[in-house]
Amino acid sequence: MGEFKVHRVRFFDYMPTAIRAMAFNAHTERLALGRMDGSVEIFNFADHYFQEKVIPGKDSRSIEALCWVGGRLFSAGLNGEITEYDLENLRPKYSLEAYGGPIWTITSNSQGAHLAIGCEDGTVKLFEVLEESIQFERNLDRQKGRIISLSWHPSGTQIAAGMMDMIRVFDVPTGRAVQRLLVDRGFGGSKSRETVVWSVVFLSDCTIISGDSAGKVQVWDGHTGTLVKTHLVTKWDVLALSVSKDESSVVVGTSEGTVIQFQFIAPTLQQQQDKEWVRTRTFKNHTHDVRALAEIETAIVSGGMDTQLVVRPLLEKFDERSHASALRKIQFPHRNLVFCAKKAGLLLFQFPGQLELWRLGESDGHGKPGDSLPLKRKPEKLLHLKRKGEDHICCSALSSCGGWLAYSTMSSVRLYRLQTDNNDISITKVPKLPKILRSAHQLCFSSDSSKLFAASSQSSVLVIALSQSECKYVHTLKPKSGSRQPIHLMTNSVDGKWLATANSDCEIHVYNVQKLKLHCIVPVYGSCPSAMGIHPTTNNLTMVHADQQIFEYSIVEKQYTDWSRKLQKQGLHNLWLDRDTPVTHVTFNPKNPEQILLHDMHMFCIIDQSLPLPDQKTQFYNQMTLRSLSEQERPSHLHAFKICKTFQDLLSVSLLDDQSLVMVERPLLAITSQLPAPVRQKKFAT
Amino acid sequence: MATLFEGFTLCGLVQTQSASDSAIQGIELDGDSDHAVVTDSTRAVTLYKVSDQKPLGSWTVKQGQLLTCPAVFNFQTNEYVVVSDNKVIRVWKEEDLHLDKAFKATVSADVWRVHSAPGGEPVVLFQRGAVRLLDSLLSAPQQPIEDILSEEEKEVIRWSTNIVAEKQHFVLFTTEQKGEHFLYVQRLNPNTLQKYRLEREDSRAPPLSFSASLRDKHINLLYLYPNGCVYQSVVAVQGPVGLEGVQALPRSLRLRLPVGEGELGAASAVALDEAHVAVVGMPHPSARTGKDFLCIWNTNFQTLQADKEMVGRICGQVWCYLGKLFVPHGKALSVIPYECQKSSLASALGKLRHPGIAVSKSSVAIPSWNTLLHGDQPQGPTKIVDSRKSKLRRKSQSAPALTVDQVLELIKTGPVEEVRREVEALVSRGDAQDLQLSVGRLACQLVARSQVETAFYAPGALARLVKTQCLCHSMCPDLLLLALEHKDYFLCQLCLQLFPDIPEVVTCACLKTFIGVPDDDVEMVSLEPDSVSFMEGLVAAGARGGQQNGFSPALFEEDSCDPHHQPKPPQHQDKKNPTLQLEVCPVGLRKAVLLNEVLQTPYSDNLLVPHLKDLNAPQVISIQEIIDWVCLLLDAHFTVLVMAPDAKGLLSNLQSFVKSQVKLFSELGKIEGSLQELHKMKPSKDISQYSIEVIELF
Repeated sequence: MGEFKVHRVRFFDYMPTAIRAMAFNAHTERLALGRMDGSVEIFNFADHYFQEKVIPGKDSRSIEALCWVGGRLFSAGLNGEITEYDLENLRPKYSLEAYGGPIWTITSNSQGAHLAIGCEDGTVKLFEVLEESIQFERNLDRQKGRIISLSWHPSGTQIAAGMMDMIRVFDVPTGRAVQRLLVDRGFGGSKSRETVVWSVVFLSDCTIISGDSAGKVQVWDGHTGTLVKTHLVTKWDVLALSVSKDESSVVVGTSEGTVIQFQFIAPTLQQQQDKEWVRTRTFKNHTHDVRALAEIETAIVSGGMDTQLVVRPLLEKFDERSHASALRKIQFPHRNLVFCAKKAGLLLFQFPGQLELWRLGESDGHGKPGDSLPLKRKPEKLLHLKRKGEDHICCSALSSCGGWLAYSTMSSVRLYRLQTDNNDISITKVPKLPKILRSAHQLCFSSDSSKLFAASSQSSVLVIALSQSECKYVHTLKPKSGSRQPIHLMTNSVDGKWLATANSDCEIHVYNVQKLKLHCIVPVYGSCPSAMGIHPTTNNLTMVHADQQIFEYSIVEKQYTDWSRKLQKQGLHNLWLDRDTPVTHVTFNPKNPEQILLHDMHMFCIIDQSLPLPDQKTQFYNQMTLRSLSEQERPSHLHAFKICKTFQDLLSVSLLDDQSLVMVERPLLAITSQLPAPVRQKKFAT
Repeated sequence: MATLFEGFTLCGLVQTQSASDSAIQGIELDGDSDHAVVTDSTRAVTLYKVSDQKPLGSWTVKQGQLLTCPAVFNFQTNEYVVVSDNKVIRVWKEEDLHLDKAFKATVSADVWRVHSAPGGEPVVLFQRGAVRLLDSLLSAPQQPIEDILSEEEKEVIRWSTNIVAEKQHFVLFTTEQKGEHFLYVQRLNPNTLQKYRLEREDSRAPPLSFSASLRDKHINLLYLYPNGCVYQSVVAVQGPVGLEGVQALPRSLRLRLPVGEGELGAASAVALDEAHVAVVGMPHPSARTGKDFLCIWNTNFQTLQADKEMVGRICGQVWCYLGKLFVPHGKALSVIPYECQKSSLASALGKLRHPGIAVSKSSVAIPSWNTLLHGDQPQGPTKIVDSRKSKLRRKSQSAPALTVDQVLELIKTGPVEEVRREVEALVSRGDAQDLQLSVGRLACQLVARSQVETAFYAPGALARLVKTQCLCHSMCPDLLLLALEHKDYFLCQLCLQLFPDIPEVVTCACLKTFIGVPDDDVEMVSLEPDSVSFMEGLVAAGARGGQQNGFSPALFEEDSCDPHHQPKPPQHQDKKNPTLQLEVCPVGLRKAVLLNEVLQTPYSDNLLVPHLKDLNAPQVISIQEIIDWVCLLLDAHFTVLVMAPDAKGLLSNLQSFVKSQVKLFSELGKIEGSLQELHKMKPSKDISQYSIEVIELF
């Protein structure tokens, strides 16, 4: 197939922020994840844990807890506000001051009618959930000391509140505190420190389970207010608790990074009636505090300071070992943070707070495969552009000529003109953008840099014409489906004729940009597209979905191509389908129209459409084998998927016009090394 | 081994007129272990701080009065008690300045001694044998005192002491009456008195000194006669109550000291522990001049362990308190710290201490001194009678031949062959006890002649003497060196096998010689056939390479778990087993035999080490070899060692150490993969923030 010169880039200092809160909506199978920077991510657990939506953070916002009420998502934080999110426009719908000081926790009753929040001033406040908003209803009896954690009894008549050194049980109708459960302090030096009840759960049989800063998981009888059992699980804090839907299992997260499962089982086979809470399993998938936990039907989901989301399937829920029963770690976002100007050889890195523009280095040497070439010019950071305002950057774009740069926050879009004269670079902000261009979910420039496309609300796309002198609104492309979901993918053709968009409803629209009208809708597939691209010569749209399926759709003929049909008929190789990170980029080789370039976090792949598709018996990862074969033998072993795993932790792969590849790696070790030190644990011989 | 350390002078002494009188009546302890209460022979009691060598207080009685018994310390009231003019008991405290102002009580009879010991009340022993507790006496000083010893028959007390043991209190005193000596054992509470007659020594001389100590619920009485014999008698603490009359006190000979010319005059022996006796006022066995030595003898081996010359006249007094010997000599009272260690040999032979544990006799080829001296049962008085009987019997059986003295004369001039014959004859008819002494004298004489007369060397006679197993190195220190000098390796081997007390310096000299000797020189020498054939077997087995790791299943099968059944031959083999590992024995057969003998010689490590330094570097084996040897020894003897209480601690330490090492390595083994990954990762570390590489896809 051939040799490639690869720019191996590791200078993108992408740093995800710690996971602070988590809420799982069992009805929609969506997991809401709150991070320390105030951003909220929605994962679709029904669709291969695909990161469907990202609501960018804001400097002043903090998320201490998340809570679903039906399909509505609420958060509360130490800024004292309750926020409801607009999941269609990916922004807070409204924020409400609770007037109780910092809010530590928010939880809804099972009926979905009320929200309870725990405040620094010692009050538990009840809010009524209305159609479009929420309304303060009343305070429960005010206590001395902050309310750290809350849990409703499933009947909705009682609330357990974790506080300092104690747990209070409130009667909701009267607002009175009916029980006071005293929580012991730790031993030794920690005796003088107050015990923080980080988490409580209130079960239907009135059992209360608490996790506290002294490392204890305690089981209480809520009727009598007596302690039933204490499990000392760690020397550090027990931070998070989550109960399974059937209340037979509780998982706890600790500062040591462990997740410990307790199950309500009979200790012996003989006495099946006398069930008790027994510590059963310990999982160690984190290096740092486990701050957020959710026990879902078949798995334990955990996240914390080490920034990764871990889905740990419970193996007893699976009949056979399969793709679904494998441990999954989600470390990188399922969207692009790197943009490449193919003509100019520039890279744009998107951070929440700034953009970085880099020029790639150069080498004039030639070398054998496996060699590192001597650098003639080192890569250079051309620009460090800080965002304006409190809102974090949600998307950005760089034109392929390198002359234009745009980014959007929740509140504004900014467009810059870049001029590079040899080594000098000048940046000019384009003034007076069209007023309609307020914010965008996605931005992209046409390949001739004459247009800017901005994905707007309700899956619409604004078309902006760019010229040296002015910047003019041209048209709004609207889908016929009337979908209200945001666009998360957008790509256009090299000839400037076609624009394809994909939204969270899995709809893919193709617009004719010249005629400014909808051209066609690609048949909706059940899994969300994670990457797509339009072929520069054939104008075929290649789509890769979260379930790893690949489709090729001829825009001109408005139908799937033969190759796509053949691929679907034969089926993808199991090893391809078993990969656990989605493909996040599709690009093409203009010099070799047969080639489609794809990548996910762990591999880079070139699909050669001229070669036979691999069947299940074919050796799928065959590069090593091919290397060892003679040139005569090789053709008989070739198949379409050429997979290279030399590069790991990939954030982006693009092909420059000079046929060299740009691989942007962000080694996980580098992320880990920037984390704060984990709690000290005594290990052997230390 | 025992050591006498550098002594120091506690105080000066006033010369007395009479040569036989001492300037000191007694030395006693008080409540402070560093104090000594010294009572001089006239009027003064002085309290010394021993380590500082300075007096802390001194009390004297008026001119004209006389202290008639050493001052003692009442441990219960912290008062000092002394008797002046036989009848006046004085009690005072340390802070009292004048003895005259102290408490006085006059009793109705003459007091012999006041005795006091920690844990017991002071007792007063009257000259006529009555005993009173001090308290009860002082409460009624004028109470009538009965006579135990009859005045008419002139029975007088010669020596007394008291012993406090297990809530029992004894007063022991010896008396002399018409040349007979008696021991009285007075028990207090309830009061019983037992009288024993001491066996009369042939010379009819009175004992020079007594010393009593308590061991294993027995009172051991040690007494020294002018002819140098040290006897021991044992009286049970739980004595035969109710036996009337005078019992004979059986005795056993613990030591026969060389007395040189004449008899001992002013000498004294004191038991330091079960195996060591300090004797003052005796001549040094090799110096032969003057009787002014302080010596420590090992009674088990009859060996001299330490000696020190005491300048000036010795009046035959010695006290022993808390690791210090107090000896008045000349014009000074000297304090000499001492130490009696149990040498490794002693513990190897330590039947006295652990009669229950069978010690393999083959492990150290030495005669059993206990059998020799006391029969199998130590301190068993009846055995003495047995041995005396057998002695008589053997004497009657013996054929007329040259006496020891005649043979000694012969050795001085006679030819080698005749000497050998006569020695042979003498040895073959001699009985055990006499043999030991005569053998020593014969050997010394032979060696002395060889040293003077280089042409004379009687290997046969010497070998015969050594084979009697009655000889030890300290009896004839020059023998082994003489044998080495004459390259008489057979005799060397015999000595190494049979002498229990070869000093480490001599062992090292042997080792050095054996290593240095060319193989050709030794190969023609005839050695003890058993050891040679054994070594032959070993070398042959080693050459077959049958045993590589020191583990021999056959041996393990032979190692019975029954502690009483310790198979001698297998164990003997075990001992030498490691030689197997020398796949090709690096030295010749006979040399190996000799080296093996050296290895089996008893030694004391801290004494051996300095001499080992004398070995040249090429002669010293490497650490690896030493460790291998130790490991193999452990392997070979593991089952035996497991049974031995002494080895238990070491084994369990070794085991835990090895366990931790194994654990460490197994943990390391677990991360081996990771470590290899690290190794692999090394080149990839070079990947910096940016590089341009070439890849090829097929």
